[in-house]
Amino acid sequence: MIFHNHEDTFGVEGESCHGLCCLRLEDVGVTVGEAQLLHDVSFHLHCGEITALIGPNGAGKSTLFKTILGQLPHSGTIQFHRADGKAQRPVIGYVPQSPAFDRGDPVSVLDFFAAAVERWPVFLPIPPKIRARAEQCLARTHAQGLLDKRLGTLSGGELQRFLMALALEPLPHILILDEPLSGVDVEGEKQLLDMLDELRRTYDLSILLSTHDFATLEGYADKVLLLKTTLLREGSPAEVLESREFRDVFRLDLGRGAR
Amino acid sequence: MELWYSLVDLLPFEWAQPGHMFFMKNALLAILVISPLFGLLSTMVVQSRMSFFSDALGHSAFTGVAVGSLCGLGEPLGAAVAFALGFSLLFTWVRRRTSLGSDTVIGVFSSTAVALGIFIATLDGGSFTRFNSLLIGDILSVDPAKIGLLAAILGAILLLWVLSYNDLLLSALHPALADSRGVKVFWQEALLNAAIAVVVTVAMTWVGLLVINALLVLPAAAARNLAKNTRQYHLFSVLGAVVCGVAGLMCSYYKGASAGAAITLFLAACFALSLLGAGKQK
Repeated sequence: MIFHNHEDTFGVEGESCHGLCCLRLEDVGVTVGEAQLLHDVSFHLHCGEITALIGPNGAGKSTLFKTILGQLPHSGTIQFHRADGKAQRPVIGYVPQSPAFDRGDPVSVLDFFAAAVERWPVFLPIPPKIRARAEQCLARTHAQGLLDKRLGTLSGGELQRFLMALALEPLPHILILDEPLSGVDVEGEKQLLDMLDELRRTYDLSILLSTHDFATLEGYADKVLLLKTTLLREGSPAEVLESREFRDVFRLDLGRGAR
Repeated sequence: MELWYSLVDLLPFEWAQPGHMFFMKNALLAILVISPLFGLLSTMVVQSRMSFFSDALGHSAFTGVAVGSLCGLGEPLGAAVAFALGFSLLFTWVRRRTSLGSDTVIGVFSSTAVALGIFIATLDGGSFTRFNSLLIGDILSVDPAKIGLLAAILGAILLLWVLSYNDLLLSALHPALADSRGVKVFWQEALLNAAIAVVVTVAMTWVGLLVINALLVLPAAAARNLAKNTRQYHLFSVLGAVVCGVAGLMCSYYKGASAGAAITLFLAACFALSLLGAGKQK
């Protein structure tokens, strides 16, 4: 993977990738049966940027994520280009919306991590080398202390940190987080956002996350996408939050949506 | 087998005397192969919430035997395994294609298969009683060739576990996350369902259809109450299955009751004890 000075990535808009690595969506549409879930969605994601995806429930945010992950058939094109302009299949790290694991699941954080990352079958005693590597990876999101905890006993913030560490191994080009702030308290929220900021600087990642928490957008998002089956508005947090489209979409549930 | 017989001859039981009661010695060996097999599979059946599915498979496995004997096969086991494989793959596929709940799809499949089995078995005024032996099962009727077959299946499941356990676990815990990491979730499900189908069908003659599901659910259910990670989960489940398997066989020998039922009762007792253990932990 080619890293780029992330200073260059700010303020880049428009049609081309300007020599930076980026994910390009052109006229992406998804139709399942009769229902048109997405149509004419076009945007670029650049390395080192945090992009926030907002929109009402049912706007197609999760559908868009699944499409980028390659789990849904779609029209239009999705292409990833490296900084040198060559197209490549991107490695995508995916952090699902806070999943509920059974409290009783006899699966430790180490089990889940090793099962996802290593070939060694986790029902056999885990070699110290694998344990050490897991600890190292979890340290990226300050989750190394969770190794022997069971999945079902993690708090919302701990679970997010663990799932983020998992999504960062192998190191992805793009990190996708589905509602990372839901189920996390105010303190945990700030920690997570600081960590995302740190990650994109350290690893030059494109980060795409969905959120309903508009109040914090300004502090960390480089770009905001307003989605309702298609892209209604794209721009800086201030531009989108003050736009007519944003008011139209959230007029009815502004009280619930904004915190 | 000679090696096994001379080993058993060392045991201090009256049936272990050299030169006789070979059926009991065969049964003991069969139990030592079947119980770890069920202990292993059990962990995944419970983790993937497949206990109702394995129950349905058990109840419909005799349909395969009925189909086999309808086709005039002397040894209907092959036909039964083929039927169970088809049943499990079709089920996996339909469950993916429909928005109906998993339990509903299982209910549809189970009742259809059972009805088909009874229909074929009673065709032209046939009597169902010839299938009664499958319901209760008879571990003492196992012969060395069949023990070899069971051992081969145990080997295959072990191989599946070594190659695929991580992917199976991810698919069971979080299909979308597994998919994003390149796991073929559908095929993992299909593979697991097929494995359960084969094991249930092959083992039903000796364990008995009515209680076979207990062996697929109880060992892991008890182990879950105590285990903190995947290794403990497997250890407790397999160990519990083997201990209860041997205890059940002994009990059935001395008391003359069905071995499958005795094993199930021992497993149920283990489950009750594990509940107490779990209560103390919290």
